[in-house]
Amino acid sequence: MSKQTFSGLALIRRALTGHRDWRPQWRKAAPKPAYDAVIVGGGGHGLGAAYYLAREHGITNVAVLEKGWIGGGNTGRNTTIIRSNYLFDESAALYDHSVKLWENLSQELNYNVMFSPRGVMMLAHTVHDIQVFKRHVHANRCNGVDNEWLEPEEAKAFCPPLNIEGNMRYPVLGAALQRRGGTARHDAVAWGYARAADALGVDIIENCEVLGIRRDAAGRVEALETTRGVIRAGRVGVSAAGNTSAVLGLAGVRLPLESYPLQALVSEPVKPIFPCVVMSNTIHAYISQSDKGELVIGAGTDAYTSYTQRGALHINTHTLDAICELFPTFRRMRMMRNWGGIVDVTPDRSPIIAKTPVPGLYVNCGWGTGGFKATPGAAHVFAWTIARDEPHPINAPFTIERFRDGHLIDEAAAAAVAH
Amino acid sequence: MLLISCPYCGDRPEIEFTYGGQAHLVRPADPSALDDQQWAEYLYMRTNTKGVHAERWRHARGCGRFFNALRDTTTDRFAATYKIGAARPDPAASEPTPGTAR
Repeated sequence: MSKQTFSGLALIRRALTGHRDWRPQWRKAAPKPAYDAVIVGGGGHGLGAAYYLAREHGITNVAVLEKGWIGGGNTGRNTTIIRSNYLFDESAALYDHSVKLWENLSQELNYNVMFSPRGVMMLAHTVHDIQVFKRHVHANRCNGVDNEWLEPEEAKAFCPPLNIEGNMRYPVLGAALQRRGGTARHDAVAWGYARAADALGVDIIENCEVLGIRRDAAGRVEALETTRGVIRAGRVGVSAAGNTSAVLGLAGVRLPLESYPLQALVSEPVKPIFPCVVMSNTIHAYISQSDKGELVIGAGTDAYTSYTQRGALHINTHTLDAICELFPTFRRMRMMRNWGGIVDVTPDRSPIIAKTPVPGLYVNCGWGTGGFKATPGAAHVFAWTIARDEPHPINAPFTIERFRDGHLIDEAAAAAVAH
Repeated sequence: MLLISCPYCGDRPEIEFTYGGQAHLVRPADPSALDDQQWAEYLYMRTNTKGVHAERWRHARGCGRFFNALRDTTTDRFAATYKIGAARPDPAASEPTPGTAR
């Protein structure tokens, strides 16, 4: 089935014929007995990896296995924030690689992922914040990543609903602004990659959970046992977010991961009022406005590890307290929905995109609370790693062995809570 | 919000507690005798159990004491709470993540 190209002309032509000849955007594939490569996890990261395997490395005999429906995990549960203003050189290179791919992603996929570089502003509330953020601004600029310091008045000019009066428990003392940061439409990222990968021959197999990983006498990955039968695979890339420990446990691989619920919520939709993304690490708030008009608000992780995809209400209340202080005009907004996703957190809050001790088995995990922004970049270098059996220079530092060797990329200390 | 039974104070709301991670991790008696891999195992590797998980909690805004709990991470239901130093009540009930049992 050939891909139907989307364009203004195609839209007009089909409008004249009642929109009756649009086809499904990808096939509902049934598993074949064997593939050259199988990706476990049908989120943006996994679908993107399959797409880049096919497009950049010519490996088209690929399947993506998803235990539920594609984009139904953290891809569909995050607050869609995109930025690359990370402190360390390794992180800046990785996340900025991703931002650069975001900038042209809609054109590349012929699918509107609604990337909107509306600016991400991180608020400083304490002297420590000011010092840390200014350090970030300088470090980012050395790495070619845009980031600038704003005084409170400049921050308010950039985001008019912001309260910069001195009547807050933690007043706004300034902000760091990355203008190239912003948001994108999370579902469209999964769908766009799925459609483009499918057009290149990738099978997208939903309702297919991995139950076992078979290895040959030499220890190499041989096949996956799934709820839809045994699927032979020369290479297996696992991109399963909060469930990564469980999947890799099937091959006896231990990882420095813990899975926590992370919650988010949206308000009722209102007219455009909020022009950018605002984050506050110190009082813990993340907010932007979707194109539907909902305020999209990110809360924190729950205290305990869990796989329940829900969390406690007091976590959301805590964030709303901060939102109401920062933006008093939102005090009477009603919240419409809240939900949780399960995020896999590493001790240094940096991801793992690497080979594993098992030949033919690769892993892209540990994105913790901030994986959405990295979707294109992570997928791109993960596909490289799978195709060439060696890391791309950008993900070379993001190994499992860094925890043994002490080469942590400690964004935990650099960013405190926020990602 | 979880309702957590402190072994000293009884049922209390979750906001009175802090979480202490995987329980029964014992600091190696002679760290300098370990190689890097063994030390990394102790510092960083966790079972991340999908199922019944033995974990530490502290009744920080109550009696202040640490205790251990068994909780099913797929439902968040507590199976038991018990005092530090006590053995895990029913190890047979646990289904550790495959391949990660130690």
